[in-house]
Amino acid sequence: MHPDDHGHEHGPDETPHTHPHPDVDPHAPLAESGTGQRAVRIGIGGPVGSGKTALVAALCRAMADDLRLAVVTNDIYTTEDADFLLRNGVLPAERIRAVETGCCPHTAIRDDISANLDAIEELEDSLGPLDVILVESGGDNLTATFSKGLIDKQIFVVDVAGGDKVPRKGGPGVTAADLLVINKTDLAPLVGADLAVMDRDATARRGALPTVFLSLVEDPSAKPVQEWIRGLM
Amino acid sequence: MKAQLLILADGRFPSGGHAHSGGLEAAVVRKRVSDLDSLRRFLIGRLYTSGLVGAAFAAAACADPGSMDGIDEELDARTPSPALRLASRRQGRSLWRAAAVVWPGPHVTKAGAVRKGLHQPVALGVVAEAAGCTPGESAAISAYHAVSGPASAAVRLLGLDPYQVHGLIAALGDDIDRVAQAATEAARGPAADLPAASSPLLDVSAEDHAAWEVRLFAS
Repeated sequence: MHPDDHGHEHGPDETPHTHPHPDVDPHAPLAESGTGQRAVRIGIGGPVGSGKTALVAALCRAMADDLRLAVVTNDIYTTEDADFLLRNGVLPAERIRAVETGCCPHTAIRDDISANLDAIEELEDSLGPLDVILVESGGDNLTATFSKGLIDKQIFVVDVAGGDKVPRKGGPGVTAADLLVINKTDLAPLVGADLAVMDRDATARRGALPTVFLSLVEDPSAKPVQEWIRGLM
Repeated sequence: MKAQLLILADGRFPSGGHAHSGGLEAAVVRKRVSDLDSLRRFLIGRLYTSGLVGAAFAAAACADPGSMDGIDEELDARTPSPALRLASRRQGRSLWRAAAVVWPGPHVTKAGAVRKGLHQPVALGVVAEAAGCTPGESAAISAYHAVSGPASAAVRLLGLDPYQVHGLIAALGDDIDRVAQAATEAARGPAADLPAASSPLLDVSAEDHAAWEVRLFAS
């Protein structure tokens, strides 16, 4: 869209004024870096305990060798997730930032994204150009989604132990995420979850948007998720 | 004009404030604030010390945004706690980030060049000027936020009745007006003479808070 084409007419003798260009990312640390390219920002959200941090760790392990990665975590307990990633040795400390969310994890990724944008900017300032930045939300409920001002694509993670009715319940995470991950499929027989039902309901809720099943016990490199991310690059 | 003031004062304006408790989280965990009455005392103490200083600096920066660097240095000199300096600059950066889209202009652009962020009250004054607010209005917003930020954190941390907490804020209305008025008058002089009221317990507990392993608020 052209900046002059922005929804109102300009009279011939009105005071000149400007509009922010609608196609420009206003947060753009990258315009300043001069590379003309910035990291793909991927949000990873989902309910408490669905396996977001384990997925982030698996993705880092699988991709850190050939991609320049960084992670921003939004756990309610500030350093918990970052510590998990550090303990597991998946990324060096300087590639991980933890953001405090003031008891409102969904606010920090949706309504007021500034602390996350600051964290991304600080990572880019200190590390130089990056390929992928994973922004992990704090565990929230099915209504939490990321702002498009913060991320480019979002993954929503649910798990079979949360009940096979979760995809049917819907909510913006399930219905609109760019990728839905149904996690911990190895537990399905133990918790009585019917994967066929989850698959059917997810398809009904999501239309053409992709859904993948995952068990990090059986597939520690999170292959389907990794392939989806690599496909974005 | 009035509408711009309301937009900037609105707690929903996305300027990063929701993640800061203004020292309240430390006060709650250390049992200094536990109910409405102790919250009231905390808010009054904060309003007349760091609240007054912040409001005066917001007014000064609004009156003369071109001098933002010098005003910012003066506030640095009045902020002994490194943790509070960082928290203030982070919030200043967040506010700038929103303003760069909402009220772009030459002073806002200049503020963006300070990568570590201007101190929050200085950024607020610069942004308020860009939004068309007066120094007095900037001071009023700053004084109100000095109270409303920790009050909102108290609702979340202590589960206090939100109606009663807002009743408390409303009852402090005259105090907020008085502080904003005093701040506006103080801002008419040179930056070096701006108020320097201090709150040592807030400084000390901010350092304590910044070292915790587990915390819900950034400050």
